[in-house]
Amino acid sequence: MDINEKSIKIWSTIGSRATLGIAALDLAKEIDNLMILTCDVSTSAGLDRFRKTYPEKYLDLGIAEQNMIGVAAGLASENFNVITTTFAPFQTMRCCEQIKVNIGYMKQKICMVGIASGLALGTFGYTHCCIEDVGVLRSIPGMTIISPADSLETVKALRAAVKSENPSYLRLTGASNNPIIYNQDYEFKIGKSITLKEGKDITIFCAGSMVHQSLEAAKILETRNVSSKVVNMHTIKPIDKLAIEDSCNSELIVSVEEHNVIGGLGSAIAEHKSSLKKSPKQLFLGIKDTYSKGGNYKFLQEKHRLTPDKIAEDILLHIK
Amino acid sequence: MIINAVDQIKNIKNFAFRVRKNILEMAVAAGAGNAHFGGALSITEIVSTLFAYQMKIDKKNPKWEERDRFILSKGHACLAYYAALCEVGYISNNKLKTFEKNDTDLLGHPVINRNLGIDFSNGSLGMGLSLGIGVAISSKKKKKNFNVYVIVGDGECNEGSIWEGAMAAPNFKLDNLYVIIDKNNFQQTGSNKEIMNVGNLKDKWSSFGWYTVELDGHNIQELYNFFKESKKIDKPKAIIANTIKGKGFSFSENNNDWHHSILSKSFYEKAIKELKKE
Repeated sequence: MDINEKSIKIWSTIGSRATLGIAALDLAKEIDNLMILTCDVSTSAGLDRFRKTYPEKYLDLGIAEQNMIGVAAGLASENFNVITTTFAPFQTMRCCEQIKVNIGYMKQKICMVGIASGLALGTFGYTHCCIEDVGVLRSIPGMTIISPADSLETVKALRAAVKSENPSYLRLTGASNNPIIYNQDYEFKIGKSITLKEGKDITIFCAGSMVHQSLEAAKILETRNVSSKVVNMHTIKPIDKLAIEDSCNSELIVSVEEHNVIGGLGSAIAEHKSSLKKSPKQLFLGIKDTYSKGGNYKFLQEKHRLTPDKIAEDILLHIK
Repeated sequence: MIINAVDQIKNIKNFAFRVRKNILEMAVAAGAGNAHFGGALSITEIVSTLFAYQMKIDKKNPKWEERDRFILSKGHACLAYYAALCEVGYISNNKLKTFEKNDTDLLGHPVINRNLGIDFSNGSLGMGLSLGIGVAISSKKKKKNFNVYVIVGDGECNEGSIWEGAMAAPNFKLDNLYVIIDKNNFQQTGSNKEIMNVGNLKDKWSSFGWYTVELDGHNIQELYNFFKESKKIDKPKAIIANTIKGKGFSFSENNNDWHHSILSKSFYEKAIKELKKE
């Protein structure tokens, strides 16, 4: 598929969910045994065109996520290359044990896509937000977890995950008018983080929607004479250990995630960091293990201090 | 070569006899480790009719692509499954003795191992039907024309995910899918009526759009007759098989203490004496 300035702009405008549908259409052209399964969310997942173009590669299971994962595993066991998708909380937690048994234990290769994860659906309340998915799925052996930074990375991550041998979960955050992180094509490799900005004082590890916020926070920090390295840790599992080791010369390591601070990106970094002889302190930025009152996306990002100014403010409090 | 119905039935009966005997051998070999005894004995004739007659399998190649697929959704009844796979020739008698031993391939719930003819991992109840739907859809999409047989328990029908699958299969017109409900009227800690009344299962499955039949799950003639004619039915098929938990032995029949229990040497000897070859 054509990756150029125009397509990147369009995908950014429509957001990662709608981009998912475009990426899937492209994959269907080259992967004969591709199947996409949803639970009555084809419109939300940008799959209406896919449904009409490739009806034979599309299955709607109705509002029944447990059955969807089972059916997906049955298809995968017969060598179909299966993508499942629905809203993140239903994709990951409603059917969590099916994921454990069918995808983890039985090792059936499925690519699950959780749409509108994080806080994007804040006006609907925390039934529809998802701040737990990474923590829950990270504990299932063999699961790859990717949180793309923008719409282009969603395209690249989906392609990589579908072509990989391992089961995976793509966590889509952000809304429409998704900020552009990558304005041209680049190399995406599962498990290999990308340093977007060099800096000598601190290292900020971030993923998904928080990549843009962290880059903006780094700009604010520059004005306060703090030089920040910003690393897009798009793959949360397996975590890029080398990147963590490389960051140990920093004065402070910061993890920024639109997820509970328990179990997510910050935890994954800390787990490896704790095994290193010498490493700096880590500041966990994210949702502080609470279900707050709801509100729109911007309101909730402010509330959980995940906007560039709040991120910068919190970091400044923790450096000498 | 088996040519007529009488011989076929005799063959299934002999198969079932050996399955029941091997259930005893495995259960006694498990020693102090408990074995799910009752629910394996209730499906012995069902499993035997499937493996000895109904299912298209290649005794030399458990991975034959055209084979019918079998899913033991009530995975705890795996004693009967392993014994049947031994009869087919996929599992050796020596391997059967490793049941529930450390590092075994034959745990107390099936673990996928296609060399042994185990196509799926099961054990957490309510999951096998959904797998079966996925596999039945695959059969249609690949135009392979194989059937899928799923055994679920009546207690297992407490699980909501069973009914998600029950709703989906007729929607996808899966006439190559069979669900056999082992209606032994018990679940782990009591009768269905005491724990969670499953009501009229035939009506329930019918109302979800399945072709539904009720039969005696220990009567090989009845099982045989149904399966023989079933290919003409253009719907997913649900067989309510009335069975007896612990079937075959005086001490275990309808005695829920044998849901999961130790088969001591003395009970084993008693059982061996009671084991009848028809």
